[in-house]
Amino acid sequence: MAATQPNTDLVAANRRETRNRWLLLLPAIVILLAAAIGPLIVVVLYSFLVAGDYGGVVWHFSWDGWLGVFTTSDPFDGTLSLADAHISILWRSVKLSALTTLFCLILGFPTAYFIATRPVSQRDGWMLLITIPFWTNLLIRTFAIMGLIRNEGLVNGFLEWLGIIDQPIQMMFTDFAILLGMVYVYLPLMVLPLYASMERLNFSLIEAAYDLYATPFRVLRRVIIPAVKPGVVAGSILVFVPSLGAYVIPRILGGGTQLMLGNLIELQFGQARNWPLGAALSLTLLVMVTAALIVYVRASANEGE
Amino acid sequence: MIEVDRIHVRFGEGPGAFIALNDVSVTIGESEFFTLLGPSGCGKTTLLRSIAGFIHPNEGAIRLAGQDILSLPPFKRPVNTVFQNYALFPHMTVAENVGFGLEMLGRPRAEVTRTVEEMLALVKMTAMANRRPSELSGGQQQRVALARALAPKPKVLLLDESLSALDLKLRKEMQIELKRLQSETGITFIFVTHDQEEALTMSDRIAVMSAGKIRQIGTPREIYDHPRERFVADFIGDTNFVQAKLFADGTVELPGGARIRASLPKDAVPANRAVTLVIRPEQTVLEQAPEQAQLSGVLENVVYCGTDTHYHLTLTDGARFVVRRQNNPARPVTFEKGQRLGIGFDPQAAQVLEG
Ligand SMILES: Nc1ncnc2c1ncn2[C@@H]1O[C@H](COP(=O)(O)OP(=O)(O)O)[C@@H](O)[C@H]1O
Ligand SMILES: [Mg+2]
Repeated sequence: MAATQPNTDLVAANRRETRNRWLLLLPAIVILLAAAIGPLIVVVLYSFLVAGDYGGVVWHFSWDGWLGVFTTSDPFDGTLSLADAHISILWRSVKLSALTTLFCLILGFPTAYFIATRPVSQRDGWMLLITIPFWTNLLIRTFAIMGLIRNEGLVNGFLEWLGIIDQPIQMMFTDFAILLGMVYVYLPLMVLPLYASMERLNFSLIEAAYDLYATPFRVLRRVIIPAVKPGVVAGSILVFVPSLGAYVIPRILGGGTQLMLGNLIELQFGQARNWPLGAALSLTLLVMVTAALIVYVRASANEGE
Repeated sequence: MIEVDRIHVRFGEGPGAFIALNDVSVTIGESEFFTLLGPSGCGKTTLLRSIAGFIHPNEGAIRLAGQDILSLPPFKRPVNTVFQNYALFPHMTVAENVGFGLEMLGRPRAEVTRTVEEMLALVKMTAMANRRPSELSGGQQQRVALARALAPKPKVLLLDESLSALDLKLRKEMQIELKRLQSETGITFIFVTHDQEEALTMSDRIAVMSAGKIRQIGTPREIYDHPRERFVADFIGDTNFVQAKLFADGTVELPGGARIRASLPKDAVPANRAVTLVIRPEQTVLEQAPEQAQLSGVLENVVYCGTDTHYHLTLTDGARFVVRRQNNPARPVTFEKGQRLGIGFDPQAAQVLEG
């Protein structure tokens, strides 16, 4: 009997340890449930309900929310047709987000490379400059862009003063305005991870490639880009995901006319009072973001091997 | 083959500029194993990087097979480097690393594959062809770096302290391996090291450098037996310096009065002047009778070092002198501390230096 004594002690200790572990995990689980999974369940639920007349939902099951994502029903005879407006907004969101990511990459890559090749003592200063815009409210930064590009703005004023144009160029309320605003706002999110991966880049690899007959372009393609690929992928995700859900920038710079997905969702919960459609659109956005993240995980997994 | 012609390299501008290479000239022959030897910071890497094309000298010329290569960027010079930290591409396999140079030269795929196999066999890394550099030990990475630099069959291979990161045993192995590779490929090797023993055992010729200048160029034997200046004698091997006086008839007077015919430098030295004699500790013997020896001194200390024993003496003029004697248990000798002993050596093994 004495031999089993330590054994039961051990079992008890194990049980205690298991319980303690769950206790320690409890705050994380609560936060996860309250902040992420709970609202998600609510959104999924709402997307399958009927819209209330003055907002909110009526507790009846319905596909209407999801059908509304891609189709509209004729108010007179109820026949369904493709929702051209939604599809064009969806397309604009994807297109502008992809373009934003591309331009951020084109501008951010040389910027990050420039900073990473400065003497160590100067790098922090340059990075500070890159992050300064973050200290200002997004709304203010967006209005600043507006001040630049509106018809009476600085750019048009300058071009008119130079005599290059005599009519202001219409830039506000176009896709260009949204693109400009998003590239400006999200560029630091591209530069930061790119810089982080470039700073770790072993510059003797570049010399080794030069030494082995690689031209500067091939050094870039065969050595620098593969080495900083995790930074490129991370930066692209950091720019693409918020661009897809952007709300403030298209609202101000796109006026009421050039909507993006975020504005469409807001519209459903506000003026249109169609919460199920808003919920379904939100979930559509979530699926797109998740797809982007899966691409990211795949790409970085390939890198890690 | 490769001619470095009076190059100067300065870092920085104006009066505060640092002169890393000062009027350096050297001509290195075909299939030669040439070593740059010198203390850290003397400019070895700078010279190597000038040849590779990463540094552009402020003055002078570098010619390869008669053609000036200074205007060529690194990727157009038929010269490859084995970097000190290997600099293997982490995202490529061993085989891809080795094939990189050939691929950049636009060689057909079949030729690349075949040469990569040859090179991996040459450095005995065939089994590792599909590994990543991070999965290799230091010595294995070293071999891959070598294979990668050799694969494009460069005219000159530059090796910067390539063995210094390895532990002693592996280093000895790689020294032999390097010599074998060099003689099998017939490629000119320019090898940088601060380890004088490594330089002596591996090189056809050595250039001893200090403070941005080449002090002496010669075969290991010339450098060791006939150093031309005090720095070279001091840096290579252990050395005794003895103050002496040179006479017009070519004889040298030692402290204590003995006159010998020592080995004179190639350039004539003005007579009736104080000179320094370089005498290697292992080329001397201790004698019980101080009167008949060329030099004499009082034994201060005896240090046992396994294969040999070092005897530290003080000469009549107060200078320190070390005699090294190989240990032989069959013929033990005992010299007492404080005893006055003679020091014997072959006069030809004593090198006269100016000043
Ligand atoms: N880029 C540089 N800027 C300023 N000084 C340098 C630079 N590179 C090397 N030096 C200096 O030049 C000298 C020679 O350096 P190096 O050729 O690397 O020496 P070694 O390889 O013999 O140790 C050193 O004193 C070093 O500090
Ligand atoms: Mg060096």
